[in-house]
Amino acid sequence: MAEPARARPKPTPETQHFWDGTAAGELRLQRCDACANVYFPPRPFCPSCASRKVSIFKASGKGTLYSYVINHRPAAPGFTPPYAIAVVELEEGPRLMSNIVDCPQTPEALELDMKLEVAFEKLDDQITLPLFRPAKG
Amino acid sequence: MRKNQVAVVGAAETTELGVIPDVSQIQLHADAALNAIADAGLKLSDIDGIATAVETPQQIAHYLGITPTWVDGTSVGGCSFMLHVRHAAAAIEAGLCKTVLITHAESGKSMIGKLPRSTPPDSLNGQFESPFGVFGPPSMFPIPVLRYMKTHGITHEQIAMVAVVQREWAARNPRAMMKAPITVEDVLNSKMIAYPFRILQCCLVTDGGGALILTSADRARDFPNKPVYILGTGESVETPMVSQMQTFDSSRAFRTAGPLAFKEAGIAHKDVDHLMIYDAFAHLPLYGLGDLGFMPHEETGKFIADGNTRPGGKLPLNTNGGGLSYMHSGMYGMYALQESVRQMRGIAPAQVKDARISVCHGVGGMFAASGTIIFTNER
Repeated sequence: MAEPARARPKPTPETQHFWDGTAAGELRLQRCDACANVYFPPRPFCPSCASRKVSIFKASGKGTLYSYVINHRPAAPGFTPPYAIAVVELEEGPRLMSNIVDCPQTPEALELDMKLEVAFEKLDDQITLPLFRPAKG
Repeated sequence: MRKNQVAVVGAAETTELGVIPDVSQIQLHADAALNAIADAGLKLSDIDGIATAVETPQQIAHYLGITPTWVDGTSVGGCSFMLHVRHAAAAIEAGLCKTVLITHAESGKSMIGKLPRSTPPDSLNGQFESPFGVFGPPSMFPIPVLRYMKTHGITHEQIAMVAVVQREWAARNPRAMMKAPITVEDVLNSKMIAYPFRILQCCLVTDGGGALILTSADRARDFPNKPVYILGTGESVETPMVSQMQTFDSSRAFRTAGPLAFKEAGIAHKDVDHLMIYDAFAHLPLYGLGDLGFMPHEETGKFIADGNTRPGGKLPLNTNGGGLSYMHSGMYGMYALQESVRQMRGIAPAQVKDARISVCHGVGGMFAASGTIIFTNER
C-alpha cells in the first residue's frame, strides 16, 4: 500500500493560472490594473478596489519568513515531524503559506525575517507546490 | 442597538462536562436546552426563537419540538454564540420574537453523532494551506504567535503564565477538568505540539454543551433568576485562512468587534470588573487584552506574568479556568458566556466580589471571526 500522500490542491477556474505557473517554474501573482494592488490568493477582481481589470505577472520568488510553527503532533499525512509550516512575505507584498526546505526545522535555523527564495516541488504532472528555501548569498 | 433592552434569563451547561461517551451531540444540545429552560422556569412552548451553530436550527428545533418564528444559524466557529446573542438581542428589540434559545453542544472528544470537519481540496484553504501540512487547530492557530512575540517583545515565559494563572482559577471550580497546580517550568517542559506551543498551552478536548435564553429586559424581572442585561455587543470576521490575516501582531476581527461593544456599552476599560477572552491557545488572551484596548500589546505579557489576571488580581480573566483548564468541546464561546452570566448573577464558583460589568470576547476559527458581549447586572 502506498504511503499516505500530502493533501493535493485541486485548482478551480479562478486559480488555474497559479498552478499552471508553478508547474512551469513560475510564481504567478495578480496585480490590479486600476489601483496597482498586488494580491493573493487568486481571484479575477481586485479585493481592494473591486476592479475586474487585473493582470497576471511572474513574481520574483523572493521573500522573507514572516512567522511559523514547527509541527510535532499530530502530523499531516505525507509529513514527517517535526516540520515547519511557514508564512512567507513575498517581495511584492502578499503572504502565503508554505514549507521551508534545505534548512533544519529548528527555531535556531528558522529566524524570523530571514531571506527566502521559492523552490518548486513537483507532486505530479498537474501539481507543483511553491516551497521556499534560505536565499543564497 | 440600545443598551440594556434585552436580558439573559436562562443559562445552563450540560448536566455533565468532560468525557461523555454515552450521549450523542444532538442530545447534548437538548440536555443543555432543557437545563436552561428549567433555569428560566419556562416551557418549551414559550420559545419562539432559536439559534445554534454547526448543527442547524431546524435540527435542534425539530429535536426539541419547538416551532420558531425567528432562527439564526450563524456558524463562524467558537464565537458563533456571541454573534447569536447580538442577533437575538436585535431581533427581540425589533419584535421578531420574544424568547430566544441559543444552544451549543459538541461531542468533541467522544465524537458521537458528530461528523469530522473536512476541507475540500478545491477550497482556498484546501489549495493554499492544506498542502503545507496544517492538520487541525494546533498546527494553525499558533502560526502568528512568533511574529506577535517579536513585534511586541513578549517572552515564552510570559505566555506560559497564561496557562499557569488559568489553572489557579480552575482549581477553584469543581467542574473544571484540570485542577492540579502547574508552574511555568511545567508548561515549558510539557510535550511539544507545534513550536512554540506545548500541550499545556493548547486547549482541552472534551464533550459538553450550554444554552442561553434571552428575552426583553422589561419581561426579565418576572423570571426566577437575577436578569443579566446585554450592555454592548460587537462582531466581525476576517479570513478563514490564518496565513491571510492582515497582520500577525493583532487580530483585525478582534479590534473591530471589541471596540464596537465598548462604544455601544458606553463604558471605559476601568469599568470592567470581569473579563473572559476565549483561550483556545495561550496567546489569545494577549491578543484580546491588546485588541480590546485594555493596554498596548507590548504590555500584555507582563500584565499577565505580574499576576494582574489571577485570583485577587485587578482584572480577573477567564475565571472558570478557560479552554486551557475548564473544558473545550471545540466551540468554547458558549462556556465563556456561561461564566460571564454566572459572575453577573453572583453564583460563579470563583465569584468576583461585587462584579457589575463582565466583558466576554470570543474567537471563531483561527482568528477568522470574533464576537464581543458586554453584560451587566444593573439596569
